Amino acid sequence: MLRTNLTHILSEKEHSELLDNNENVMICCGRMGPMCIPVYAEMEELEKEYKHVKFADMEFDLPDAKVIRELPECRNFFGIPFVIYYKNGKVVKATSSIQSREQITSNLDTYLNHHE
Amino acid sequence: MNNHFDVIIIGAGAAGLTAGIYLSRAKINTLILNEGTAGGQMVLTHQIANYPGIESISGYELASNMKRQAQNFGCTIRANVKITSFDLQGETKKVVVNNKEEYTSHAVIIATGGRPRPAGVPGEDEYKGKGISYCATCDGDFFQDKEIVVLGGGNSALEEAVSLTKYAAKVTIIHQFDNFQAFEHYVSEAKKNPKISFIMESKIVEFIGNEKLTRIKIQNQKDLNTSEINIDGVFIFIGYVPNSERFEGIIELNENKEIIVDKNMNTSLPGVFAAGDNIAKRYRQVTTAVADGTIAALSAAEFVNNIKKNINIEESI
Ligand SMILES: Cc1cc2nc3c(=O)[nH]c(=O)nc-3n(C[C@H](O)[C@H](O)[C@H](O)COP(=O)(O)OP(=O)(O)OC[C@H]3O[C@@H](n4cnc5c(N)ncnc54)[C@H](O)[C@@H]3O)c2cc1C
Repeated sequence: MLRTNLTHILSEKEHSELLDNNENVMICCGRMGPMCIPVYAEMEELEKEYKHVKFADMEFDLPDAKVIRELPECRNFFGIPFVIYYKNGKVVKATSSIQSREQITSNLDTYLNHHE
Repeated sequence: MNNHFDVIIIGAGAAGLTAGIYLSRAKINTLILNEGTAGGQMVLTHQIANYPGIESISGYELASNMKRQAQNFGCTIRANVKITSFDLQGETKKVVVNNKEEYTSHAVIIATGGRPRPAGVPGEDEYKGKGISYCATCDGDFFQDKEIVVLGGGNSALEEAVSLTKYAAKVTIIHQFDNFQAFEHYVSEAKKNPKISFIMESKIVEFIGNEKLTRIKIQNQKDLNTSEINIDGVFIFIGYVPNSERFEGIIELNENKEIIVDKNMNTSLPGVFAAGDNIAKRYRQVTTAVADGTIAALSAAEFVNNIKKNINIEESI
């Protein structure tokens, strides 16, 4: 299991339940490595600010993480983490490799914006 | 939280956290402010095998230990904050975070470290994670049986090129000079590896592809001719740039934008010290950052204690 304070997704079932129960979801699929840890850290901070978004992680090497690894949006990805933004269960944005806080918040604001 | 501290440290890498440990243990009220994750480049390092007394440790764990050690001595650490403005000139130093919270102190230690130097050519941002990587241990396994390039000629480039031969069918090292800056044992390891070949005196001038990287354009530095090669991935290890641009024009920097300090880590401004990878020095390691952080902390402690002594004398008159 990843050593983060985020919600961990451990199976395909938990992944689909999370998407069914939340309109806005951001999942970081990675390992405990140098390109991934900074992204988890940003997500832990942003979780306090973006209350309308569910933040979670999934270990890249879990067999069930194929729900992310094999997404068509990720077919040209060659760098972890794979970060997926979902709205109403649908992928609206996917990024590969380390992302800065500005890049993450720009994606959250653009793709998972809050409709009052 | 009281917003006045004795010392504010900017940067929570090896240098900043060490300074935090020394100052807090000496009962000097200290705040560390860090943009991004605390730990700095240590967090980017998979395994550290040359930190004396610890045979091998993940960079993440070493950073977490240092952070905890500083906090246990009473150091306040705020990570993932943005320093939006600061004034280091006067006797009271001011640092504003996230455009709203102002902190003041008698002294500041700048321990902002460095970041990987990008190739800085067209296509780099576009293909990051889509063929371009800065971390062999993270992304090496995506390039199983593929042909890749390693850009650079220092220790990291040659060491990582050898480690990438575990996965890749072929590794080409592209280096801008006709000889390597790496230690001889890294060079000879790379030279005797049958999967590694070399293109010397050349630079990548463009990354090309469609949805992912497919080609690079390289330029020979002698005749300036360009050519293109098909490639599945490029790993970039061309050194580091100091995180010092925010301090340009405020404290003295050298031509490489490194902060100039004396042997006690004083910068050109009184009460402002610097430590770690952002200062002008030859070797950049965890051990040297830790040593700089120690010296900066002891110098800052002396500076603060003198100020407090003077305040006490003035009050008693
Ligand atoms: C891949 C890799 C492998 C390495 N391997 C080894 C090894 O095996 N052994 C070894 O000894 N050394 C190794 N090093 C080098 C070593 O990690 C560094 O020399 C050392 O960690 C530098 O520490 P520092 O505190 O000076 O800077 P950094 O670690 O760069 O820390 C600086 C901190 O300041 C923060 N910061 C920057 N700008 C600002 C700002 N404006 N406001 C607030 N905060 C800011 C950054 O977010 C960062 O947290 C390696 C480095 C890398 C990248």
